[in-house]
Amino acid sequence: MQARKKYLLVAFLASWLLLFLLLLGDRLRRSAFISQPRAGSPRRWPRWADRSLLGSFADPQELQDRGAPPPPSPRLNASSRCRMETCFDLGRCRRHGFKVFTYPRQRGQPVSDSYGKILASLERSRYHTRRPEEACLFVLPIDTLDRDRLSARYVPGLGQELGASPLWNGGRNHLVFNLYSGTWPHYGEELGFDVGQAMLAKASFDAGSFRPGFDVSIPLFPRDHPQRGGQEGRLRHGAVPPRKKYLLAFKGKRYLTGIGSGTRNALHHIHNGKDIVSLTTCKHGKDWEKHKDERCDKDNVDYEKFDYQELLHNSTFCIVPRGRRLGSFRFLEALQAACIPVLLSDGWELPFSEVIDWSKAAVVGSEKLLLQIPSAVRCIHPERVLALQQQTQFLWDAYFSSVDKIVHTTLEIIKDRLLPHRSRPRFLWNAPPGGLLALPDFSTHIGDFPFYYLQHGSSPSDKFTAFIRVVSPLSQPVLRLIQAVSRSQYCAQILVLWSCEKPPPPLEKWPQITVPLSVIEGRREPSDRFFPYAAIRTDAVLSLDEHSSLSTSEVDFAFVVWRSFPERIVGFLASSHFWDAEQQRWGYTSRWTNELSIVLTAAAFYHRYYHSLFTGYLPAGLRELAGGLAACEDILMNVLVAAVTKLPPIKVAQRKQHKEAVPQQQVKGTAPSSSRGFLQQQDCLNQLVDWFGYMPLVSSQLRLDPVLFKDQVSILRKKYRHLERP
Amino acid sequence: MMCASAKYNTRGPALIPRMKTKHRVYYITLFSIVLLGLIATGMFQFWPHSIESSSDWAVEKRSVHDVPVVKLPADSPIPERGDLSCRMHTCFDVYRCGFNPKNKIKVYIYSLKKYVDEYGASVSNTISREYNELLTAISDSEFYTDDVNRACLFVPSIDVLNQNTLRIKETAQALAQLSRWDRGTNHLLFNMLPGGPPDYNTALDVPRDRALLAGGGFSTWTYRQGYDVSIPVYSPLSGEVDLPERGPGPRRYFILSSQMALHPEYRSELEALQAENGESVLVLDKCTNLSDGVPAVRKRCHNNQIFDYPQVLQEATFCVVLRGARLGQAVLSDVLQAGCVPVIIADSYILPFSEVLDWKRASVVIPEEKMPEMYSILQSVPQRQIEEMQRQARWFWEAYFRSMKAIALATLQIINDRIYPYAAISYEDWNDPPVVKWSSVSNPLFLPLIPPQSQGFTAIVLTYDRVESLFRVITEVSKVPSLSKLLVVWNNQNKNPPEDSLWPKIRVPLKVVRTAENKLSNRFFPYDEIETEAVLAIDDDIIMLTSDELQFGYEVWREFPDRLVGYPGRLHLWDHEMNKWKYESEWTNEVSMVLTGAAFYHKYFNYLYTYKMPGDIKNWVDAHMNCEDIAMNFLVANVTGKSVIKVTPRKKFKCPECTAIDGLSLDQTHMVERSECINKFASVFGTMPLKVVEHRADPVLYKDDFPEKLKSFPNIGSL
Repeated sequence: MQARKKYLLVAFLASWLLLFLLLLGDRLRRSAFISQPRAGSPRRWPRWADRSLLGSFADPQELQDRGAPPPPSPRLNASSRCRMETCFDLGRCRRHGFKVFTYPRQRGQPVSDSYGKILASLERSRYHTRRPEEACLFVLPIDTLDRDRLSARYVPGLGQELGASPLWNGGRNHLVFNLYSGTWPHYGEELGFDVGQAMLAKASFDAGSFRPGFDVSIPLFPRDHPQRGGQEGRLRHGAVPPRKKYLLAFKGKRYLTGIGSGTRNALHHIHNGKDIVSLTTCKHGKDWEKHKDERCDKDNVDYEKFDYQELLHNSTFCIVPRGRRLGSFRFLEALQAACIPVLLSDGWELPFSEVIDWSKAAVVGSEKLLLQIPSAVRCIHPERVLALQQQTQFLWDAYFSSVDKIVHTTLEIIKDRLLPHRSRPRFLWNAPPGGLLALPDFSTHIGDFPFYYLQHGSSPSDKFTAFIRVVSPLSQPVLRLIQAVSRSQYCAQILVLWSCEKPPPPLEKWPQITVPLSVIEGRREPSDRFFPYAAIRTDAVLSLDEHSSLSTSEVDFAFVVWRSFPERIVGFLASSHFWDAEQQRWGYTSRWTNELSIVLTAAAFYHRYYHSLFTGYLPAGLRELAGGLAACEDILMNVLVAAVTKLPPIKVAQRKQHKEAVPQQQVKGTAPSSSRGFLQQQDCLNQLVDWFGYMPLVSSQLRLDPVLFKDQVSILRKKYRHLERP
Repeated sequence: MMCASAKYNTRGPALIPRMKTKHRVYYITLFSIVLLGLIATGMFQFWPHSIESSSDWAVEKRSVHDVPVVKLPADSPIPERGDLSCRMHTCFDVYRCGFNPKNKIKVYIYSLKKYVDEYGASVSNTISREYNELLTAISDSEFYTDDVNRACLFVPSIDVLNQNTLRIKETAQALAQLSRWDRGTNHLLFNMLPGGPPDYNTALDVPRDRALLAGGGFSTWTYRQGYDVSIPVYSPLSGEVDLPERGPGPRRYFILSSQMALHPEYRSELEALQAENGESVLVLDKCTNLSDGVPAVRKRCHNNQIFDYPQVLQEATFCVVLRGARLGQAVLSDVLQAGCVPVIIADSYILPFSEVLDWKRASVVIPEEKMPEMYSILQSVPQRQIEEMQRQARWFWEAYFRSMKAIALATLQIINDRIYPYAAISYEDWNDPPVVKWSSVSNPLFLPLIPPQSQGFTAIVLTYDRVESLFRVITEVSKVPSLSKLLVVWNNQNKNPPEDSLWPKIRVPLKVVRTAENKLSNRFFPYDEIETEAVLAIDDDIIMLTSDELQFGYEVWREFPDRLVGYPGRLHLWDHEMNKWKYESEWTNEVSMVLTGAAFYHKYFNYLYTYKMPGDIKNWVDAHMNCEDIAMNFLVANVTGKSVIKVTPRKKFKCPECTAIDGLSLDQTHMVERSECINKFASVFGTMPLKVVEHRADPVLYKDDFPEKLKSFPNIGSL
C-alpha cells in the first residue's frame, strides 16, 4: 500500500507544480511584454482611449484649398516626359477631326515587308488623308522598325534626315513605329535617333521608359503576318476540365549568358516530364559551345524530341518568357493557339495595355517567382481556364491577327485620347466584338449597342422603326405595306426614305395610320439607305423596300424573334454563298437551298447600330463600290454583321414565297436580266472578301417558325395563324 | 497541392498498450489529476482573457499621448528621394510575400511612437483621426499580421496624410530608423494632401526611397504606374452628413460648381457658362454674410441665396470638379456621395484607384482647354448613360470612398492583386454595382464559336431496366451520322446490364457506365468518356425521333452551343389565383423549357450541374427522383441568360397514339409536383431565370414547296 500512497503524493505534487508554473509563467510573460501572440488573436492596433478626441488630418478650409495660387500648367518639353497635353498639338485635330497623313514614299528608299504592311494599313484606314495640312497625326516613310545597329535593316543617318524634313517639327504629332530597339549586349530602349515629341508605337516596351497615355505598346509580329483578315484562333473545344495533354509547356533557347539569361536559364527546373514540359536548347548564336555547361548535351537531345507546334496546341498554359528583349513572337503564337500565356517578362508594358485587361487572358507571372508557377496554374479553377482560353481567342481575333488590326487598334487608342468624353469605356475593349467594332461616335453607353444586353442586364427596346426606301412614285403596294406594318403592335413610327426623282407627295396623299409617319429626303449618295438617321430612335429597324410585301403577323413574329437575337439580322428573304471550285471564286445564289448566309435587307429587322457601323466603320471607297453593283449593299451589310458577330443571320417563317422575284427588284432603275444581276452580285461578294481578307459569312441550316407553325392542331390555338394562310 | 482540399487522416485512434492491472489504477489516477490540473490552468488562462480580448488589451486603454517618445538625432540618416523608376519587379521584394493558398499578402503595422527632434520639439502630430481609422481598419482586416517576420508589406504608424502638418526632413529621418526600413522596401505610405506652397508638388515631398506611395493627387509625371496607388482625398463630410441615395433621373440643375477657392480664370469661365445657359447652370461661391456660429464649410452662396452643402449637390446632374492648387480634391468624394456625375477638369490627374476603376462609367473627363465647350459636351451624353453614371458614382463612393476603411482596403487589395495576379479581382467585381451584378449575366461560353461538325456528339442514355426499349433507342440513335459515341448510364444496382453479346451492334463505341446509386443526377455527370462538346441526353423510351430529326438537332446545337436544344417543349406560367408558378405541358404558342429526355447541350453544363448547382437543388432532385430536367433548364438559363431552342414540330416521342409525352405520366399529381419544382428552384435561384420564346427551329425548307429528295432533312415528323 506504500506504493499507492507514494504515487498519489507524487501525482498531487506534480499537478500543483504544473499549475503553479503555468500560472506564474503567464504572469511573467504578461508583465515582461514578451510578445508571444496566441494563435487566433493577434495583437491588433490599439483602440486608443482618446481616439474620439483626435484631430482631423486636415481642417475643412485646407481641404478647400484656400488661397490657391494660379494652377500650374506643366508645359515640360523634355520629350522623355511627354504627355498628350504637353507634347501633342490638339489644335491640329480640331478642324478636320482625326486624320492620319503618311508621307509619300520616296524612291530608292526601300522599306521592310513589315513596315510596308504598316504603311498599307494606314493608307487603308478610314482616317487616312493625302493632305498634310488637314492631318492630325503624321507617320514617317522611313523604316524605323529595326533599330538594332547590328541588323541589316538598320537605316543609318535617320536623325539628319528627320531634322531636314519640314513637317517633322521636333516630332510633334508624329507616330513612330518600332519593333526592335537597342542592341547587344543590353538590348535597351535606344533607337539611334531622337524621337523628340513623337509618340512611339513600340514592341517589347519597357514600363520604365513608357510614357503612359502617350506611347503605345504594340505586339512583336512576324514578317509574314498577314496584311488583313488573318488566321482564325485555334480553339475548337470548349472543354471543362480542359482536355489537353499538357498543363504547362515551353520550348526554346536557353541563354547561358547575357541579358535575359536569368529566366531562360532557370526554366528547365520546372520540367517534370509528365504534365509540365519545359525544354531548352543551348544552341543559338555562333559560339554557344564556348559557354556550354553540363546540362546542354542532354537538354539538346530532349529538345529535339518534342515539336514546338505540337506543344503549343496541346498545352493549357504556355510559358512566354522574355528573350533578349521583353517581348517575343511566342506571345502571339500562344494567343492564337489558345494556349494561355504565362508571362515571365518583368517590366514589360503589355501590348495595348492602355485598353486591354490582360488579367482576363493571361497569367502575368514574375520572373523571380518562376518556381511558383506550376502550383499557381494548377490552382486556377477550370471555369477560369475556360474563360481565359476564350478570351485569348477573342483578343487574337479582335486586335492581333493581322497588321491591319494592330495598326488600326493603335490609331483608335490614340483617337480615344483626343476626346476623353467620347471614348470607349474599358468594357467595350474587353468584350466581343471588341473596340474596333464598337464605335464611340455612336454611343459611349453600353446599353445602346446590340452586343451587351446580357452583361448589362437590360433588353432591347420593345418597339421598332419601319424604314421604307421608296425609289418610284407612290404606288398601291407601298401604301398597302405601310398600312400592314403600321398595324403591328410593336411599330413605333414609320420613316420613308424618299429617293425618287419627283418630290414626295403632300401629307394627305399618305395613308391614314395610327403611328407617326415622316418622310426623309434621300441624300442621293451611295448607300444612303444605311445612313444613321437621327430620326431612328428605337433600337430595332425594320428595313423595307417598296416592293416588299408583308403581313402584320409576319412583322410581329419576326420582331419578337429579333428581340431574342438583337445582334443579328432577322428577316424573310434569304440567299447564300458557296465556294465555286471550278472558277476558284465565291459564288452567290438566291435559289432555294438547304442553307442560308444572307438575309436581304429588303425585309429585315436589325439593330440601328449597324447603320452607324456601316457608315462610320467602312471606308467611303467600299461603300461606293457597294452602291455601284446590284444588291451589293445588301451583301455588304450581311458581310459586315457577320464579321462583327461571327454568326449567321436568322430567317423567319413567311407566308408566301416570293423568292424568284427578288433579284430583279434589287436592281435599281432599269431592269437588267437576272443573270447580269447575279454576275454583279458575285463580283461584289468577291471584292468584299478581298477587302475583309477572308470570307466572313457564316451559313445556317435553320429557320425559326412559330412554335405551332403548320402543326396539325386547330388553327384557333395558333397565335400567328395568318402566317399559314395560302 | 496546396490549393486542393485538405486531406483527411482516415486512420482510427491508436490502441492503448496493455499493462499490469495493478499499476493501471495509479496511472489512471495520476493521469486524471494532471488532466484536472491542466483544465484548471486552461480555464484560468482563457476565461478572463475571453472577456478581456473582446474589449481590449490592457495596453490599448492608453492615450495616444502616452506612447513612447523617440528622439531623432539631427544627423540621423535621411532616405533618398523617391525613385521614379521604381516598379514592382525592381523595388519590391516579392520573396517576402511567398506563395500561400489564400493568396493574401500579410501586412504589418509599426507600433505608434512620438518622434521629437534633438530639442524635444515634435516632428508632427502624433496621429490624426483618419490615420488612426485607417490603421484600425488594416488591423481588423484579414491582411493583418502582428508578426514582423511574416509580413510582406509594412505600414509605418507615422502619419503623413497631410504634408503640411509635418516637418519633412525629420519625418524622413523617422522613417529611416524604422526597424525593417531597408531603403523603404515593401513599405507603404498613405498621403492625401501632398506638396505645399508655392509649387504644390503632386506627390509627397518626404524623401522615402523605395517605399510605395498611396497618394491622393498624383499627376502622370509623379505616378509610378503599377507601383504607386492613387487614392481619393477623404472628405470628413462623408462621416458627418448622411445623404440618402437618390434615384437616378433629371435634377434641378444641369451643371453645378460648388468649389469655393477657384482660380479667378476658371471662375470667370464658369460664370460665362452660367450667363450663356441661365438657370440650368449654378456656380456657387463662399458666403460672405453668414451669421456667427454657422460653419462656413456647410454653406454655399450665389447672389445672396444660401444653399446647404453638400445637400445642394443632390440637386444637380453634373458637378464640376476642378483642379485647385492640388490635383486631388476632397469635393470629388462629396460629389460622388450625392450621386452627381463628376465633371473632372484637371489635366494629367490620375483618378483614384484608376488601376482598377473604370472612371469613364462614372464621370466625364474634359481637358482643361475644352472647358468653354463643357455645356455642349455634357448635352451630348445620352440620358440613359447619365442615369447609369449617377448610379455608378454613388456606388464608387459607397465601395471605395466613404470611409478610411474603404480606402485602406481597396489600396491593399490593389497591391494584393499585383502580387497574386492569378487570383486578382476581376474588372466586373471592382466596377459593377450590386444591382448590375444581380441583373447581368456573364455567359461562361461567351466566344461566338461554331463547333466543327466533325466533332460529333455523345449520346447518353439513362436507363434502369427497360432493356428492350433501350436497345431500340440505341439502334435508332446509332443511325445518326454525327454520333461519335454512345454512353449508357446503368442506374440499376440490383441487376447487371445484359451480356456484351446481347447489345445491338453499332458503328460507334458503346460504353456502359454502372452507377453506385440510383440517382437522377447520374445522367448529368461529366464522365471522362464524353470526349465531345455536344451531349445528347435521351431517355430509354424515346423511340419516335428520326435520324433526320436528331441530326438536324445537332446542327441547330452547333449554331447555339451555349443553349439547351431539345425536342419536348414546356412552359412555365404565373398562376394569378395561387400566386405562384405553374408547369404547363399543353401544346402552347410559347416555350420556356425543353426536357432533357431528348436534348442536346454542352458538356460544360454537366460540370456545372454536378459541381456548381446552387443551394440544395441537386440533393433535392435526387431525393425526390424528379425534375432533374427542370433543374438543368434553370441552371443553363441562369448562367447564360438565354432561352432554350425547341427543334422541329415533334410533340410525340414514345408512340404515335400517346397524347402524353412526359417521362412519367400526365396525371394531376405529376403536374403538381412539377409545379412545386419550379417554385422551389425559383426561390433557390432567387429569380426566375427561364426565358419565354415563341419560336422553334425547323430546317430552312421545312414544309416548303420543294422536292423532298433535295432537302437535307426530309424526314421531319409532323407531330
